[in-house]
Amino acid sequence: MKNGSTNKDAASRTTRRGLFVLGGQLVVAGVLGWRMRQLQIQQSDEFLLLAEENRINIRLIPPARGLMFDRNGKPVAENKQNYRIVMIREQARDPEAILRKLANIVPLSEQRIARVLKDVSQRPGFVPVSVIDHLTWEQISQVSANAPVLPGILPEVGLSRHYPQRSDFAHVVGYVGPVSDYDLANTDDTDPLLQIPRFQIGKSGIEKQMEKDLRGSAGTSRIEINSLGRVMRELSRVDGVEGADVQLTVDMDLQNYTNRRLFGESAAVSVIDTKTGDVMALASSPSFDPNSFVLGISGSEYNQLNTNEYRPLYNKAVSGAYPPGSTFKMVVALAALEAGELDPSETFWCPGHLQLGRRRFHCWRRGGHGHVNLHDSLKFSCDVFYYETARRVGIDRITEMARKLGIGVRHDLPMPAISEGLTPTRAWKQAIHDEQWLVGDTFNSGIGQGFVLASPLQLGVMAARIASGKVIVPRLVRSIDSKPVSLAEPEDLGISQSSLNLVRQGMYAVSNERRGTANRTRIVAEGMKMAGKTGTSQVRQITAAERAAGVTRNKDLPWNRRDHALFVAFAPYDNPRYAISVVVEHGGGGSTAAAPIARDVMLQALYGGTPPLSAYPKDQHQLIEEQREAMPKPGEEMRIVTQSDRA
Amino acid sequence: MTWMSEGTRPAPTGISKILHINWSLAILLTAVACAGFLMLYSVADGNIGVWARPQMIRFGIGIVAMFIIGLIPLHFWRGVSPFAYISALLLLVAVEFVGVTGMGAQRWIDLGFMRLQPSEVMKIALVMALALYYDWLDPKKVSHPVWVAAPLILTIIPVLLVLKQPDLGTAILLGGGAAVVMFLAGVSLWYFITAGVAGVGTVAAVIYSRGTEYQLLKDYQYRRIETFLDPSIDPLGAGYHITQSKIALGSGGLNGRGYMEGTQSRLNFLPEKHTDFIFTTLAEEFGFIGSSALLVLYALIIIFCMSSMLGNRNRFGALLTGGITATFFFFFAVNMAMVMGLAPVVGVPLPLVSYGGSAMLVLLGAFGLVQSAHVHRPRSS
Repeated sequence: MKNGSTNKDAASRTTRRGLFVLGGQLVVAGVLGWRMRQLQIQQSDEFLLLAEENRINIRLIPPARGLMFDRNGKPVAENKQNYRIVMIREQARDPEAILRKLANIVPLSEQRIARVLKDVSQRPGFVPVSVIDHLTWEQISQVSANAPVLPGILPEVGLSRHYPQRSDFAHVVGYVGPVSDYDLANTDDTDPLLQIPRFQIGKSGIEKQMEKDLRGSAGTSRIEINSLGRVMRELSRVDGVEGADVQLTVDMDLQNYTNRRLFGESAAVSVIDTKTGDVMALASSPSFDPNSFVLGISGSEYNQLNTNEYRPLYNKAVSGAYPPGSTFKMVVALAALEAGELDPSETFWCPGHLQLGRRRFHCWRRGGHGHVNLHDSLKFSCDVFYYETARRVGIDRITEMARKLGIGVRHDLPMPAISEGLTPTRAWKQAIHDEQWLVGDTFNSGIGQGFVLASPLQLGVMAARIASGKVIVPRLVRSIDSKPVSLAEPEDLGISQSSLNLVRQGMYAVSNERRGTANRTRIVAEGMKMAGKTGTSQVRQITAAERAAGVTRNKDLPWNRRDHALFVAFAPYDNPRYAISVVVEHGGGGSTAAAPIARDVMLQALYGGTPPLSAYPKDQHQLIEEQREAMPKPGEEMRIVTQSDRA
Repeated sequence: MTWMSEGTRPAPTGISKILHINWSLAILLTAVACAGFLMLYSVADGNIGVWARPQMIRFGIGIVAMFIIGLIPLHFWRGVSPFAYISALLLLVAVEFVGVTGMGAQRWIDLGFMRLQPSEVMKIALVMALALYYDWLDPKKVSHPVWVAAPLILTIIPVLLVLKQPDLGTAILLGGGAAVVMFLAGVSLWYFITAGVAGVGTVAAVIYSRGTEYQLLKDYQYRRIETFLDPSIDPLGAGYHITQSKIALGSGGLNGRGYMEGTQSRLNFLPEKHTDFIFTTLAEEFGFIGSSALLVLYALIIIFCMSSMLGNRNRFGALLTGGITATFFFFFAVNMAMVMGLAPVVGVPLPLVSYGGSAMLVLLGAFGLVQSAHVHRPRSS
């Protein structure tokens, strides 16, 4: 028996404390309720938004890349359906066994199987992993037919770039390739498309320079995803904008012909419309197949291209810079005429050299040309005449004229690495070489040697400007998205007609008068006569030792030390339509290596196809026929044969 | 018990006891359990067989057990208490050796027809043992250090065993339930004040020791605490669950997104959506109206139990009811606080709603004891 009052005390204390505990519990419940109110009523909008963000993912739909056409609407870059195979691991169950089965139908190397197995093991089971790209329709149909025994294997169709003209347009159009980490690190482009793995972007040529136009903009698909990223359903879709089609000024047939005509020589050709500046053909040879870059070029194939001494990856037509040699003589002549330093009837005496102090500057013709006036100086390409003329005019006025004619200025074509060439001035030499300009430098510049450098494109522009007397600006793009690129009426060059006519007549003589340096490669068809100028530029000085050893001729030298062969021309002489420049690297003489190419390409351009034999001098008909026989057939891929291969 | 016999009338006997069952409590428990069935059906994407049906069967068994336990005289349960505690303790030790770990940290023993979690049993057994202890102890001695040490030891042994599993949530529930029983029994407030001050002091020491030579916790443990305090520090790691849980709750708004329409749970952004985080789905789909209604139901259960306790002059019955109520209270309060980002994620299910056999059966068994205390309480004349 316990003390009753103590028990009563204890009981009432328990009651008090019980009430206190209940009160405390209700207070905590109240706090929980307050928190619910805070989350669900006060902040509910914010959380609802977060829930939507969780749930909805925006997936990009890549737009179709803009196509490229030649000036007549023939395709030069198109999108081809790309059949590929993807695998979904969770459906395949045993990926390796499935891949082995698949290998019986499509070519799968051991390395590829290993790579795919690695890929699938690293990604969630529902993500499709690319197994193989660029399959044929037959292969895809076979895979589809075997679908029941290939669970988890899905054929897919996407778009991939294709260049039907292969190597012929490689340097103009360029190529696309999958966006790389390097690309992403070096661009400020924030287009989300670039984040798509293996999205194709322009890597070179117009593909690269006009990327913005060609790419288009992404469509979006709003999809509901779960916490693992699995797509549950599509909520809505906004279509993207396809890339703009680009029409080039280039004539596909002429471009094809030009490439074939170069026979894989290391050479470059530009053909420019003398009225509009349209680039009709722009060839750099040898070339490469851009499709192999799209498919992913192999290391050995790339190395072969990269180390080839003919440099097939290099766009010689716009990036190359060559001493223009005698093709620069029109610049010097025009500078002198415009400056009033040269009378057209004045004659110079050419003994085969010009003495300057202790140094002797040779004319290409050892015996000299005797009495030479302006007309003959171009026709015979007399060097002594231009040493003297250049001395009179001075380098600065020569440079001024060169730039007026398009040499030493950058022509803005949508291409990377456009060469500016080089037109030297006194200040330039002082700044770069920290040396004074010497009269000898002026002599050398007067015959397009020494410091002067020009790209084949610039030489073509020069020929076009001399032919037209207008500031012809080359252009490569005719229309974007079916909207023609506006064409301004070219301005006048600001060179007097009389000076231009004297130089044009000299060029006419080169091709059409007996003993003209390019007389052999004349065009005889009436109304198609060509006016041109040969050039042979030295890459080196023939050393005294070599001279002593009797090595004075090109053929005795290794290929890469031989002279460059050049030729510039326009035609028809009385109503010019096209200007052309040809540079054959280390080709020897301009008249023998470059001029025949220029004539053939020019005739092809003028006739818009194969010219009649009657356009050629009678005695050459058989030769031309043989040459046509020997030419690669259209569409035939040319193997790159280098000088060392031939040796 | 004789001290109470004065001025009371006899407790009901036989079949008439059924009339004295606390029916309001039974209805409230059934209502909460029904909310649970609804949610389990929803999180299983409308598949009743996954979680909802097994849960219903267990509830059926449990509620019958509750009535049977409630009709058995309280003195029987008083007599069983020491054995309940000892067997629960033995099971806790046994589970260390033969138990299976699963669903996080809790360990169970496979009995064939069900998986028994000894830690669940211990929640009730501890309360029974402490109620018995204070019923036996002379009320004058409750605050004597020696007599305070004994219940502390009874509590600390299972708490340590459970922490070792490690199951922080159950440890909190055990400690909290025990503390409330001791408080109700009349242990001097000074003990609680001292314990509180010591706790705050420890926390302060832990926080202020950071970066000093005497740093008390490892750096990663500090980072865990930081992540708990501000889950946005690590939204994809440790804070992910709590962030997603808050998003689910908040996006429910006032009216909810509709039954079976909650995107957070539908699309698997919520972890443990059928167990610890089931409340977030309810809150997402039924909004503030639904979540506060559930809270009100829980509060009513607490009020009904506590009023039964306050009217019970049987010391064992009162302390048992108070302790079980407190354990139940800690259950839902910790769970809700956890999913609402007010407490760390310690792994406590929502009582009667979350999927789980042991917890459901043990809880209903415990409410059976509350019923027994209620039915057999001494009555004033």
